Amino acid sequence: MKIAIIKYNAGNIMSVDYALQRFGIEACITPDHDEIRAADKVIFPGVGEASTTMQYLKEHGLDQLIPSLKQPVLGICLGLQLMCAHSEENNTPCLGIFKEKVKRFTPKAGEEYITKVPHMGWNSIDNYRTDLFKDLKTGQFVYFVHSYYAATGADTAAVCDYITPFSAALQKDNFYATQFHPEKSGTVGAQILENFIAL
Amino acid sequence: MLAKRIIPCLDIRNEYVVKGVNFLNVKEVGNAVELGAEYARQGADELVFLDITASHERRKTLVDLVKQIAAHLNIPFTVGGGISELGDIEKLLAAGTDKISINSAAVKKPDIVDQMACHFGSQFVVVAIDAQFKDDKWTVFVNGGRIATDKELFSWAREVEDRGAGEILFTSMNHDGTKNGFACEALSSLAEQLKIPVIASGGAGNMHHFVDVFTKGKADAGLAASIFHFNEITVPDLKDYLINNGVVIRK
Repeated sequence: MKIAIIKYNAGNIMSVDYALQRFGIEACITPDHDEIRAADKVIFPGVGEASTTMQYLKEHGLDQLIPSLKQPVLGICLGLQLMCAHSEENNTPCLGIFKEKVKRFTPKAGEEYITKVPHMGWNSIDNYRTDLFKDLKTGQFVYFVHSYYAATGADTAAVCDYITPFSAALQKDNFYATQFHPEKSGTVGAQILENFIAL
Repeated sequence: MLAKRIIPCLDIRNEYVVKGVNFLNVKEVGNAVELGAEYARQGADELVFLDITASHERRKTLVDLVKQIAAHLNIPFTVGGGISELGDIEKLLAAGTDKISINSAAVKKPDIVDQMACHFGSQFVVVAIDAQFKDDKWTVFVNGGRIATDKELFSWAREVEDRGAGEILFTSMNHDGTKNGFACEALSSLAEQLKIPVIASGGAGNMHHFVDVFTKGKADAGLAASIFHFNEITVPDLKDYLINNGVVIRK
């Protein structure tokens, strides 16, 4: 099993690599097109800002490469958002793999206090679709850190509710993505990563 | 629904977790990497590692320790203690830490909060505030609670939020070590004034104190050290207790 983690100007790449090491998998962290194409599975992680990251992807031809991949691809956090059609974060056109659009959470007055943004912490997910969630009970808690979200739509593969229901995961053909961080989501997250590896 | 978080805090000296009634009587309780992983297995939602022997010479050792912790932990963790330079922060992030907590450095040079948020994103920046209630106001202290500043808790918290902090870790010096409960009144005011999450610290003595901190104190997370290290309360028991009291908790 050869797994490539796409290397680009984003944080959080190490923690995905560590998570794979816990399964005994030595991933290859690379920006190289040939290496990425040759891998059995590709992970597109990321924490950062949408427009500067898209700019970086374009400068390195990764905006063309990623949508053309045929093996299973897993986007994480900003990775999910960049795989969508468009992000409100600095009005950025994205890769367009998923039709969904990325919007910013609007804080609203709750019964007791303002619902806070960023959405940070453990929240429950349901309405699973796809094998990423194989063998998982509905309502599992996973770890989120984000201020922007993909709306729900045809590609939604799991739903979380924070201020509004949004896509906790997306899937279309060989492309999978999670808004939460499976590498930081305890045993549930580990199961999701294992399910991806087993695809 | 977003769950309330339970955060064990591990004070580290060399690679050991230490906790004493005071710093002169430090008692080692175990290896930081192993203890961290054990808390994760028990269901801790996050961990905080504070380097109590923070110094320039220690920084390199700390980076190595962070790498080991990150390799073994499948939950988020924060590292803090004497961190004041962007170069150090960059190395710690590259080693795999999810968040950095700063305290005295932010008071001395508030611009560092803006710089950290701009370079690494607000979600990386936890500002820890130690404050003491005296003469009708909450005064912010630095250097591990040894030096009083001219800052007041609420205005300082709002200022660091504006500068880009992603979370506030508030320790009430009046409550810390007493085991009589958290500073719920001040915490509730913080929660109402801030748009970022608040981690409550100082005063945990029994399981009901955590119910109070999440309901009366409106905190997003509760942090404690000795009650967990000495097994006075275990994380699984605490989580069951909170769920039975209607608090949303990850199990």
